Amino acid sequence: MSKLALISRGIIKENPVFVLLLGMCPTLGTTTSAINGMGMGIATTFVLIMSNVAISSISGMIPNKVRIPSYIVVIASFVTILQLIMQAYTPGLYETLGLFIPLIVVNCIVLGRAEAFASKNGVIDSAVDGVGIGIGFTLSLTVLGAVRELLGSASIFGMKLINSDGMLVFVLAPGAFIALGYLLVIFNKLKSRTS
Amino acid sequence: MVATLSVITLVSSALLGGVFALTKGPIEVAMTAKTNSAIASVSPKFDNDPSSQIIAVEYSGKSYKVYPAKLGDKIVGYAIESYASGFSGRISIMVGFSIEGTINSISVLSHSETPGLGDKIETSKSDFNVQFQGKNPQEFRMVVKKDGGDVDAITASTITSRAYCEAVTTAWEVFKLCVVQKEKQGGE
Repeated sequence: MSKLALISRGIIKENPVFVLLLGMCPTLGTTTSAINGMGMGIATTFVLIMSNVAISSISGMIPNKVRIPSYIVVIASFVTILQLIMQAYTPGLYETLGLFIPLIVVNCIVLGRAEAFASKNGVIDSAVDGVGIGIGFTLSLTVLGAVRELLGSASIFGMKLINSDGMLVFVLAPGAFIALGYLLVIFNKLKSRTS
Repeated sequence: MVATLSVITLVSSALLGGVFALTKGPIEVAMTAKTNSAIASVSPKFDNDPSSQIIAVEYSGKSYKVYPAKLGDKIVGYAIESYASGFSGRISIMVGFSIEGTINSISVLSHSETPGLGDKIETSKSDFNVQFQGKNPQEFRMVVKKDGGDVDAITASTITSRAYCEAVTTAWEVFKLCVVQKEKQGGE
């Protein structure tokens, strides 16, 4: 598969949020605004690429029985590195994302890609796969965040569009499910039309 | 099998140790910067470095951090870090008092109140905060109107408003202790 096809597969055909429905916890939890969703997406992309590269380069040496614990150790290390870096250089974003950063460790996409792709493919392909899935995840979270921010606080990327409070429910948890549901419908409708 | 896992964990922990050592300094700088900007936004004008002159004050069994704001050698006010239990977790605020005891301004450090309701305690989200500015707690009763005080509560967030008032009241009690301490020192 060409590199470009690998990337576009991560964005459209195997979009982690709208097609695979993986990593729902951060998806629903952090997308109260477009910027938060984007921050979470970029953080996850970093971990995805790094862990995919690391795992694909060491997968030959890992015995099958300790495969999962080894992957988790690798992923957890990268998440902790990311957490320390964010705490030091982007304290604002670190505070908003809060608990969801350590939770990247248990994000199904990261372990899923390690198990399903990185362990069976080369280093470069795995890195490209990480980029593709990462972009797909980031875009989905940004769109979901933008929709919720627009409806819930009548602003986008922190800019107030009209002077109103918006519909509060979209900022709260139920709104996350409602917005995700409708976006799923729209995404899959468009996807089935193009393919 | 055991060897592989040991090597992986060993390499990972070495890597983490390195990153921790590298980011330790910047994390501390970022945290101090946050405290400093909160102090600067609530205190009267000062020219010292309040976060290096923290006074710990005990009040009803808990320790509170007080940052003295000085202009020259004279203390012009105090920034007091205070907290109370809100609707969903702790609300931490920084209250700035002038030396006469009027509230200069209040800044919310952290909270986990409901977005759109309780988070109106943030100055950027509503004017709830503003009603405390320039008030002296001696004549301004820091209890919500529902409970017979002078504070306009946030609609649909009475619990948050009550907790906020409680935190400000605590800061006021701590402030009074500070003034007593200072007068004692001045008399010696």
